[in-house]
Amino acid sequence: MSLNLTDITLTYPDGDTRLTALDQVSLEVPQGSLTAVVGPSGSGKSSLLAVAATLITPDTGTVTIDGQRTTGLTRGELTELRRHKIGIVFQQPNLLPSLTAAEQLQVMAQLDGRKPGTARTRAMELLDAVGLADQAGRRPHQLSGGQRQRVNIARALMNDPTVLLVDEPTSALDHERGAAVLGLITRLTHQQATATVLVTHDRTHLTAVDQIAEVQDGRLRLPAMNR
Amino acid sequence: MFVAWRDLKFAKGRFALMGAVIVLITLLVGLLSGLTAGLGRQNVSAITSLPADKIAFQAPSGRQELSYSNSTVTEQQWRKWSEAPGVESAEPLGITTTKATAGDKSTGVSAFGVEPGSRLAPDSDRITGSAVVLSTTAADDLGVKAGDSFTLAGRQLKVAAVRGDAHFSHTPVIWTRLDTWQKTAPPTSTDDGPTATVIALSTTSQADVAATDHQAGTKTVSTDDSLSAIGSYTSENGSLQLMRGFLFAISALVIGAFFTVWTIQRSGDVAVLKALGASTANLLKDALGQAVVLLVGGTLIGTGIAASVGALVSGSAVPFLLTPATVLIPAVVIILLGALGAALSIRRITSVDPLTALGSVR
Ligand SMILES: Nc1ncnc2c1ncn2[C@@H]1O[C@H](COP(=O)(O)OP(=O)(O)OP(=O)(O)O)[C@@H](O)[C@H]1O
Ligand SMILES: [Mg+2]
Repeated sequence: MSLNLTDITLTYPDGDTRLTALDQVSLEVPQGSLTAVVGPSGSGKSSLLAVAATLITPDTGTVTIDGQRTTGLTRGELTELRRHKIGIVFQQPNLLPSLTAAEQLQVMAQLDGRKPGTARTRAMELLDAVGLADQAGRRPHQLSGGQRQRVNIARALMNDPTVLLVDEPTSALDHERGAAVLGLITRLTHQQATATVLVTHDRTHLTAVDQIAEVQDGRLRLPAMNR
Repeated sequence: MFVAWRDLKFAKGRFALMGAVIVLITLLVGLLSGLTAGLGRQNVSAITSLPADKIAFQAPSGRQELSYSNSTVTEQQWRKWSEAPGVESAEPLGITTTKATAGDKSTGVSAFGVEPGSRLAPDSDRITGSAVVLSTTAADDLGVKAGDSFTLAGRQLKVAAVRGDAHFSHTPVIWTRLDTWQKTAPPTSTDDGPTATVIALSTTSQADVAATDHQAGTKTVSTDDSLSAIGSYTSENGSLQLMRGFLFAISALVIGAFFTVWTIQRSGDVAVLKALGASTANLLKDALGQAVVLLVGGTLIGTGIAASVGALVSGSAVPFLLTPATVLIPAVVIILLGALGAALSIRRITSVDPLTALGSVR
């Protein structure tokens, strides 16, 4: 049980009232499994991801990551938790322009205060896993959109997270590359045994996921386990 | 500094531009400091190097300010000060600006009149009614050396020795005997007859300056405070210091502006780093480290150039004073003020929300 969301309610201020973005949402994502969160625009998918990433504190409900409840943790403790336990694959690759592909990964180890030598080895391993071993020395502007997205994925795995959160990874890619990226995420989820949540509005690639959660107006439905 | 170093290298152009601005400002401040000190020395070195801690002027009447050019002290006033308790020595000093000529060369000089054997002048035991001691610049300007003769305010005098490089109000000093000086100085209408311009005092803590001033009709200030009584010094030094102050302020503002733009530009990256688990404290530290690297680099180069230029021109006619204080203090001030300006701009890293790294818009 790596990621557990229990009775999450999240509201945003909306004029005089409040807009309910997440309404009593509960979701359990076991280790080594992939849950896809789908739903129409504005349904609350990104909000769900942000809550799981500890970037937003919900009004009520608890987030448990690797057995640790996040309720009541300070900002610094949450930052540390994100560093150690949570990998985020951003919708835009969000790579740092001055760093090479390998350094994008090494910076994660550096944030964690790990040794540069072992970090370099691990970064090359992960770049190899996403098929970019030969691009390690290139900067973002020298990489294609699909390659950047793969660096983004490899970076999220650099600190061996227990939870992997993926935000619309295929939105900027064509069908073929989208399928490849999704296949990669599925493979890495099993390889690295992460509890993966994948937000997408695109149902076409969702054949290999373990669980599909549908969000509608802030409510979550788990229609079918298609494992 | 993992990302900060790489940013420095990656955004070379921008940082080089900013570095160049820092180099130029430091160079300008360094040159200005050397020049201010050099000009200052040409103005006051004869006074600051006097073996005296206080200077007694004629008490100015009404609202007038103390002035070396207006003061005249009498023999009586001098006697009062010599006898006053706590005064180790009171020596009359005559100061007047006049013209010296030797052959076809002539120059403006400050004639300093001292008592025979006075401690105020170098080699004073060689000064006689017809022989005087010249400062190096005076001797150079006139092209004379010890033993030669020249004319001071129409009187034929001999060079007893060339010693020191005292300047007063941008003119080199010629040390004369007080009675020689009295003949070159413009006459005054004081009943007791003029003795000198001021009285140079060496006092102990027992001296009651206010009481003696009152009795003698003088006004006594410390040697350093007396510098503002040199007319050209106050105006010159004041405007140069003002320029220097503005340059310091400008450098802080320019550096602050640069890092404000830079920090805003990379706020997307900062949001990503925060989302990935970078602590705000570390991000701040790295950004400040980056600013300090730029500042120290730029300042070192600017100071280096200023010192080289200073070394090149000192010894020529340009009054440039090259000392650790004139080049290093401006450098340190620029680094400190620049770091302050940068710190204020970098502060906004604190308010970057990692949430903005999610979603499609950055
Ligand atoms: N910061 C915010 N302040 C106020 N309301 C917000 C904020 N963020 C999101 N919302 C609202 O909350 C609801 C859920 O938004 P969310 O971004 O989670 O939807 P989504 O499912 O990710 O949509 P999309 O597929 O378009 O990205 C929407 O009605 C949105 O308008
Ligand atoms: Mg969204």
